Amino acid sequence: MKKILIVDDEPTILMALEYAFKKQNYEVFIARDGSEAIEIVKNKIPDIVLLDIMMPKVDGYQTLKDIKENENLKNIKVVFLTAKSKKADIEKGFSLGVDNYFTKPFSIKKIISEINILINES
Amino acid sequence: MSNFSLIILIVIYLGFLFFVAFIAEKNRRTKWVNNPIVYTLSFGVYCSAWTYYGSVGVAAQEGVSFLAVYLGPVIAAPLWIVLLRKVIRISKQHKISSLADFISLRYGKNRFLGALVTIVCLLGILPYISLQLKAVSETFEIMTQKSNYVSNSILTDSTFYIAIILAIFAAIFGTQATDASEKRRGIIFSVALESFIKILFFTIIGIYITYFLFDGTIDIVHQFKDEEQFSSLITLGGFEDGFNWFFTIMLSFIAIFLLPRQFQVAVLENNREKHLKTAIWLFPLYILVFNIFVIFIAWAGRIRLGNEVNAEYFTLLVPLSEGNVFLASLVFLGGLSAVISMVVISSLALSIMISNNLIIPYGFLSKFIKNEPDKNVKFIKNIRRIAIFFIIIVSYSVYYSFSVKLSLYSIGLISFVIIAQLAPSFFIGLFWNRGSSKGAIIGMLAGLFITFYTLLLPSIFEYSTMNQPFLFSINGLHPHELFGIDFLTPPVHAFFWSISVNLFFYVYFSLNSQGNYRERNYAEMFVDSNSYNELQDGAFVWKGEAYVKDIKDVLMRFIGNERATRALNIFFSKYNLPRNTQFADAKLIHFSEQLLTGSIGSASAKILIQSVVKEEEISLVEVLNILEESKEAIAKSKALKEKSQELLNLATQLKVANLELLEKDKQKDEFLDTVAHELKTPLTGIRASTELLLDDLEMPNLMKEQFLKNMLQDSERLSRLINNILDFEKLATEKNELSIELNDISKTISKTIKSLKSSFNKKNIKVIQNSIETVEIQYDEDRMIQVFTNLISNAIKFCEPNIGVIELDYFVKDNFLQISIADNGKGVSQEDQDFIFEKFYQSKNQNTIKPIGTGLGLAITKQIIEKHQGKIWLDTDYKNGAKFHVKIPLI
Repeated sequence: MKKILIVDDEPTILMALEYAFKKQNYEVFIARDGSEAIEIVKNKIPDIVLLDIMMPKVDGYQTLKDIKENENLKNIKVVFLTAKSKKADIEKGFSLGVDNYFTKPFSIKKIISEINILINES
Repeated sequence: MSNFSLIILIVIYLGFLFFVAFIAEKNRRTKWVNNPIVYTLSFGVYCSAWTYYGSVGVAAQEGVSFLAVYLGPVIAAPLWIVLLRKVIRISKQHKISSLADFISLRYGKNRFLGALVTIVCLLGILPYISLQLKAVSETFEIMTQKSNYVSNSILTDSTFYIAIILAIFAAIFGTQATDASEKRRGIIFSVALESFIKILFFTIIGIYITYFLFDGTIDIVHQFKDEEQFSSLITLGGFEDGFNWFFTIMLSFIAIFLLPRQFQVAVLENNREKHLKTAIWLFPLYILVFNIFVIFIAWAGRIRLGNEVNAEYFTLLVPLSEGNVFLASLVFLGGLSAVISMVVISSLALSIMISNNLIIPYGFLSKFIKNEPDKNVKFIKNIRRIAIFFIIIVSYSVYYSFSVKLSLYSIGLISFVIIAQLAPSFFIGLFWNRGSSKGAIIGMLAGLFITFYTLLLPSIFEYSTMNQPFLFSINGLHPHELFGIDFLTPPVHAFFWSISVNLFFYVYFSLNSQGNYRERNYAEMFVDSNSYNELQDGAFVWKGEAYVKDIKDVLMRFIGNERATRALNIFFSKYNLPRNTQFADAKLIHFSEQLLTGSIGSASAKILIQSVVKEEEISLVEVLNILEESKEAIAKSKALKEKSQELLNLATQLKVANLELLEKDKQKDEFLDTVAHELKTPLTGIRASTELLLDDLEMPNLMKEQFLKNMLQDSERLSRLINNILDFEKLATEKNELSIELNDISKTISKTIKSLKSSFNKKNIKVIQNSIETVEIQYDEDRMIQVFTNLISNAIKFCEPNIGVIELDYFVKDNFLQISIADNGKGVSQEDQDFIFEKFYQSKNQNTIKPIGTGLGLAITKQIIEKHQGKIWLDTDYKNGAKFHVKIPLI
């Protein structure tokens, strides 16, 4: 069973994504900010992380950096899921090494299919 | 005191003055030498032996009339700021080196006029210098207690040697630079020192006589009352005496400007214009102090010594009769100081006039053309040195043969009357551009003639054995009573007639002759000196053909190759001309003439430069037109400069405005970004939930319900957000949307609390309004309710259920209503305190579960308070929870 970590500070979004991926037979972990996310990544080593950018305490950029700079974790796929939709933001995300970039509001169906593709590539 | 010891004293004192002058010359740039006090004290050269000894004599014989000679300068002083400043400016601009040069330049560098002024000055000043020597000689005799005033042979006369030493002093320190417009710091400093010494010693003797020999001024008056002439000495005469006073004051008024020594110290040696401001009040004060004791010394002398001795020397005779040789020596030194400064400065000023306005322009110009530069320089200096010796020796002979019989006071006044002949051409020439050289020359000659007839001739006959000429007996032609005016004293009578005739001829011939264009050119420059100040070299109008090379050749004769080249290069770079310019223009001609003026005088400079250029006559109209044009050009370029400065300012303002706009734009962008982000968040929740509900038909009911609840919550948040954003924007952009009315704060607060009842009851939190008294104040009640709602809602949000307490208080202080809202929740963390009022600020210490808020509540609250001219702040000292203060003005 593939493991997914969903990181967002909005409870309603979290709730919807959790329900949807469980339905797709993922083992789902949730975190409400960056520091919680890093703990879970280290302990559970998920296959993929769905990461919001604007969060309290540790933001998405920092979390991505922590994952990608860690030798043990750098193979974990990270996907940004954020309201930041400007071209410059998206370019910044990719330059930091994110594997894909989704903007809010999103279509759950589309996210699921893209994530599946990403998982199957590896 | 023995002859020998007095000579030793004099030699020591002169040695001291040489030393002071030497030191001052060496430190010529320091502020010890260049300051307004030294400048003002150098004016004290006005008070010569005449003042020092002569005033007492007059006071003893004629009473207070001696004061008239000092009232003139005092009246003149306030005018200096206008008159003297103008003269100083013109002199600096044209490198004037003497009074004769000044007058000659004003009338178109007229050679004859310069020479005439020099002769007038010589006539006026030579007897004056001899008067000083007479004073030295007589005081010397008094000190050594000899009865005869004059020695039998010149070689045994100590005055002769003193005169020679003074000539050496003047020659050494007065002729260091060939350019006579250079300042002579050493001499001026020693003169200032002498001015100080003489006033000090004079005051000491005054105090000694008044307070030590007598019991103060009242005692002197009491004792003197019994003297027979007392009443005549203290009263002023009637109408006729008034005339005498008036003309004597006028005479001294003129003298303070036109005595060559005054012109020297006040104009030529002026270093900074602002020093005048000190002189204006300090010099009258100096004169006042000098005159305080005159009358008491005179009366005291009368009481002690009677009428037999020469009252002019009371200051010496009184202490000597008391056996106080020391005090007498001090007085003698003070008198000597007065003599030295007068003789040195006068002979210096006259020597420059003799060389630059008499000898060089009339005799030696052709010689200069042939000579080498350093030879010329030496030659000029030697002329001046010889002139100094000549002046002093001639004065000595005048003293030796004539002035023994005249009093100090009368020679002084004769001097003044002669010098006064320069007044019309000098003063009127400064303000009337029609004044012409013809008028000046004829007026001056006529005035001189009248002075000679009314003042000099009678005294010659009076002291000689010749019979008075027949002319004197004709009615109306008597030299002291011309046309029946018999109530004036001889000097005043001479002054009245000579100046009237002088003035009449000056004006008459000025009106009848126009003068050549050069004359009118300089007249314009003098009269309108302020507006031509800016034009400088451009104010000189000249037309003709001239080669730079020829002019340079002339310049080199006097200032050497190196200086001439340097001066020309400076000139070329000033006017942006190439260095190899061939043809000279008016500016260069003027510049070159100026360059030479200091060394050889303006008339000679003009003649020399003219000798190498081909000048064309220009009509007067043309001169005036060109001047007008250049004035306009200056005005235009000034206007252009102002305009371009304005444009520059405008451009900078625009730049600043642009930057501000960019900054505002950036802020707007950031705000929009944040708003978009905030709107997208609940929208995302709604969209995701909807999608799930729509696609997943097998979803359990409990789950469905949860998603629907989420959707509802998110849409509520969305609409709240939209309302807040609109509200915030409205407050930020619109100006006067508040509907301000008189309201009672107590009622507003209780209204708010009532409306929030359900939300705090739900958490079981207490909200207490502590203050209930009525305070009526102007505000927008709906907006104020919004403020309290925001603050109380925040408090409810952060309070623990069941134990939460929120308290509201208010009071009036210093025209302000201050309201506080305190809760016992978790408070605001230190790092958030500075930012809580910023829009969309998200605390890093928020609970992971977000409190329901839009991020705009406190920002809007702050806006509303500020719209009411109030303030809102967080109480950082409050530790039990969060406490906010709101302060709004009562009016």
